[in-house]
Amino acid sequence: MLIAIITLVVIAAVFGLVLGFAAVRFRVDSDPVVDKIDALLPQTQCGQCTYPGCRPYAEAIANGEAEINQCPPGGEPTILALADLLGRDPLPLNPEHGEVKPDKTVVIIDEELCIGCTLCIQACPVDAILGAAKQMHTVIAEECTGCDLCIPPCPVDCIYIVPVKETVANWKWPSPTDDQQTLEAGS
Amino acid sequence: MMQTIRNIFHFHGGLQLDEHKSISTSKPIQDAPIPSMLVLPLLQHIGQPARPIVNVGDKVLKGQVIAEADGRVSAPVHASSSGTVIAIEPRDVPHASGLKGVCIVIETDGHDNAIATNGLTDFTTVSPDDIRARILESGIVGLGGAGFPSFIKLDPGKFAVETLILNAAECEPYITCDDMLMRERAEDVINGARIMQYALHAKHCIIGIEDNKIDAHAALQQALAGSDDIELVRVPSRYPAGGEKQMIYTLTGKQVPSHTRPLELGIICHNVGTAAAVFRAIMQGEPLVSRTVTLTGSAIPQPRNIQVRIGTPITELLSLCHANEDDIDRIMIGGPMMGFDLPSSDAPVTKTCNCVLATHKRDRIAPQASMPCIRCGECANVCPANLLPQQLYWHARAQEFDHIQDYHLFDCIECGCCDVVCPSHIPLVQFFRFAKTTIWQQERDKEKSDKARVRHEFRLERLEREKQEKRERHNRKKAALKKDSEKGDDPKKAAILAAMKRVQDKKSTAQPKPKNMDNLTAEQQELIKQADKRRADNQTAEKTETDKSS
Repeated sequence: MLIAIITLVVIAAVFGLVLGFAAVRFRVDSDPVVDKIDALLPQTQCGQCTYPGCRPYAEAIANGEAEINQCPPGGEPTILALADLLGRDPLPLNPEHGEVKPDKTVVIIDEELCIGCTLCIQACPVDAILGAAKQMHTVIAEECTGCDLCIPPCPVDCIYIVPVKETVANWKWPSPTDDQQTLEAGS
Repeated sequence: MMQTIRNIFHFHGGLQLDEHKSISTSKPIQDAPIPSMLVLPLLQHIGQPARPIVNVGDKVLKGQVIAEADGRVSAPVHASSSGTVIAIEPRDVPHASGLKGVCIVIETDGHDNAIATNGLTDFTTVSPDDIRARILESGIVGLGGAGFPSFIKLDPGKFAVETLILNAAECEPYITCDDMLMRERAEDVINGARIMQYALHAKHCIIGIEDNKIDAHAALQQALAGSDDIELVRVPSRYPAGGEKQMIYTLTGKQVPSHTRPLELGIICHNVGTAAAVFRAIMQGEPLVSRTVTLTGSAIPQPRNIQVRIGTPITELLSLCHANEDDIDRIMIGGPMMGFDLPSSDAPVTKTCNCVLATHKRDRIAPQASMPCIRCGECANVCPANLLPQQLYWHARAQEFDHIQDYHLFDCIECGCCDVVCPSHIPLVQFFRFAKTTIWQQERDKEKSDKARVRHEFRLERLEREKQEKRERHNRKKAALKKDSEKGDDPKKAAILAAMKRVQDKKSTAQPKPKNMDNLTAEQQELIKQADKRRADNQTAEKTETDKSS
């Protein structure tokens, strides 16, 4: 009887130590689900989801505060990926948060009109606008996420949305299903 | 002979196609005249576009570098004749998208003045590194069609190269430029192969040639002149015998696994045209300024091969072969299987352009409507990459880009065999191209969003740091002010006070006491009194005046 009790106590102590060590050694700093959700979001940092950036939205989804259909830049592919990750049912995009843009866009600043007020620089979530007070500003098109957050603050309306230019390097083949439908309709 | 001993392996699938090759091999290679204008795209290879180093208005010579390699995977562009740079702007380029690409446009002067060349008489006197550097400077890229910069594929790196394979299959119908090149310049090819073998430290060198190229085979054999350092092997004429992986399997029996380069198996594959270009670059110092192009098809009255300067507009080649552009239904770059439609005949010949195939309007084939897949499995039977095209098609159509990669989409060489045999006329290859380019775009988007995340996080960090710094600065200032007021000893105030005191002191000592005032007569004392009075009056008058004015 005594031997059995001692054995169990020793085993419990050993496992307790192992678990205690593991809890310290392999501690996860942040919630991995948040990271996984964040990795699926498009990182435009546009705030259309009503959260101040993609990571806060990811946290809100993880905490069950937000739905998975609040991200217009991600559109349907993001919703499907989130549904797949979280085991939830896919939902149609909530129109309250905006519509899916047909093309990828960036903004450009009309440098003739720019008065150098720096308001757009302060609004840009990814520091993609370059300039200084009373100096002309310009957008680094490579870094622009197309969030359009710089447009409302501009006092002289000199920022325009332009579609991302298609080049030989980023061109993709069209889906043959489009051609096929026209063919079928014609025949 | 050695070729009789070598065991040949037969790759899976493939097709026996109508060759249509003899129509363009009856005439020797003709040198095209200098065109009035040369259009040289900055991107004629896989990798980064070249960076222009000339300006509009500059005079250039034949063989002069006009755009240098930019980045590790890149190749320079040379002027292919002498003349004046008249524009650096987007122009029509031979690309399936029909988009324009930046080109350097040269108006030729007809003199064809070339820069001085420095060829070697013996390539073994220089190191393999030097050979690679010369090949890079010569702008040589894979001339078989893909256009990968050749100097990279001549660098074995940490791998030991067992076999160098020269691909002389040229399996696609209609194309005969490699065939004619081997017939006419077999020695260039053989010597180019020797330079490549030297650069790679390759133990063996095999030239794999399709058994339908009898004349080219004979020419190569003659050029070898009995030496056995290069093995000449006939492979069966079966499309796509010239695919890199198919050629490697045919000759060595080794299968190149997915996502693996042949170099990792100790094998390197180059095109014969590239070998000839390497020979010219190393031994004659001539950069890649021209290439052999097959002009063929039912709309070309005199199909033949032409040695064309890179940058020659295709419309000039058509008129050279007396083709009537009004009769042409479509122009393809490359062969009928893997080529693409040329959007505009103003586009120039580039380094990778091996064939211009123009079909006559009377031969027009109406596109057939595609029917649903009946799962006959014919596509899988002919697939030389051992894939399941119908599964790939299913997922590409449904845009399930994760699943499609489980079926090894990226092993597809887009040879078009499945398209040919599909009884439902499904444009399978186009589905695969669509899927591949879409996946690449998704990868680019992912990369961009990762970058945006890093930038956003950095910005948040920066804003937080700035806030912190501002707060600290404010606190420091506040503390300093407090300290001063506690001491009650403002240095400025003290300085003002000290200055005022000095003035006061000066004023009080301003009236010096007169000397010799003893033993004065009454008359003198009276005069002093009068003077004092006058002075006092003056002072009061001054005072009232200043009071008034203030």
